[in-house]
Amino acid sequence: MTARRIIPCLDVKDGRVVKGVRFEGHTDMGDAAELAARYRDEGADELVFYDITASPEGRTLDYGWVRSIARLLDIPFCVAGGIRTVDQAAACLDNGADKVSINSPALERPELITEMADRLGSQCVVVGVDSRREDGEYVVHKYTGDPNARRLAGRRTLDWLVEAQALGAGEIVLNCIDQDGVRAGYDTAQLSEARSRLTIPLIASGGAGAVSHFLDVFDRANVSGALAASVFHTGAIRIPDLKASLAASGVEMRS
Amino acid sequence: MTVAIVHLGAGNTASVQFALERLGAEAVITADPAVIADAERLVLPGVGAAGYAMARMADLGLTDIIKGFERPLIGLCLGQQLLFETSEENGGATMLGFIPGEVRRLDVGPDRPVPHMGWTKLEGLKDDPILEGVSPGAYAYFVHSFVCPDTDATIACADYGTEVPAMVRTGNRWGCQFHPERSARAGARILQNFLSLSI
Repeated sequence: MTARRIIPCLDVKDGRVVKGVRFEGHTDMGDAAELAARYRDEGADELVFYDITASPEGRTLDYGWVRSIARLLDIPFCVAGGIRTVDQAAACLDNGADKVSINSPALERPELITEMADRLGSQCVVVGVDSRREDGEYVVHKYTGDPNARRLAGRRTLDWLVEAQALGAGEIVLNCIDQDGVRAGYDTAQLSEARSRLTIPLIASGGAGAVSHFLDVFDRANVSGALAASVFHTGAIRIPDLKASLAASGVEMRS
Repeated sequence: MTVAIVHLGAGNTASVQFALERLGAEAVITADPAVIADAERLVLPGVGAAGYAMARMADLGLTDIIKGFERPLIGLCLGQQLLFETSEENGGATMLGFIPGEVRRLDVGPDRPVPHMGWTKLEGLKDDPILEGVSPGAYAYFVHSFVCPDTDATIACADYGTEVPAMVRTGNRWGCQFHPERSARAGARILQNFLSLSI
């Protein structure tokens, strides 16, 4: 079978890892390359690097930096932040990234997903979705890296997930904003609903605060992987301990 | 040891190069027929779709050179699929044909997502120099939506609701359906073995 993936997410700003609560009030968590090497050695199954200021500032990420990370890692990694053309996505892959994740640009121009899938293959096209419950419905937000630029995207989350999959996405990262950075657990209800609508892999994001939260999201939402940031960066949860605990509970983990 | 990584377009060429460099090999990403013909090792990385990769190979004048390459060659991910005769991807493609059979879309039922993306155990390991030091049950990182047919060429497999030929070999040609460059220790060992082959 296939192991469930534990995926540290590194929100990067100027080569440093930052983390805020509900996307605001960022604090410095260390050098991105150093943290990446540490997570690699500790058994992370994949890493996500998200240049959180690229999209709101209208730029793309630094390909030289992607290259330096690619040299360092012998596990897969995904990059995100300001990728709005197929050429930019191709450049990320050419510099050693395994996947690219697009969020706001896909909402603005959904055909981008198809263009990327046609040229680069669906397997490297990840669509990130920031979702929050409003008036009893899950709705999509965009530009969540910058609280000032953030706004509703005018779409229902579940509709958008199905559309993104149909357009050629190879994987979805569903980031539940209500849960982000508050460590109260993944939104297993929303993730479970998303899982039932998709045939491509789904990754849970937002809310990890305890080992039991990971167990819950794998058991209840049947996601392929769980992404988390602050609990790993602060050392609140150590990856080897987490994987050992999940394996003991019957969740398949890469050893 | 000079390794030529065939450049057919955007794809995982750089990560393959970096993995080989970590093992001390000199690896070049190239579409130059002369460099490819002279290389001591040849890598066909996974790029785009099967039909696109074969068309690029033909446009670049590389098809006959790759078919005639007599030293160790390894196809990675889509590169393994290219070793087979045909693929049903995008309405059908004729490929290198070193191994008989058709590459088909993964059909694994509703319980498993497609693409098969993630770390899956290598099982059924055959006695082959490229697998030396690789333990049964070692995890490798897979990303694919199409699957090669199971033939006599299979030297390792993976279970994803269907039998996935994870590695194949025919003569001086090997294939990995997974990404050894992204498969931590087991992947590095396989690449190291590939560099050390004596045939």
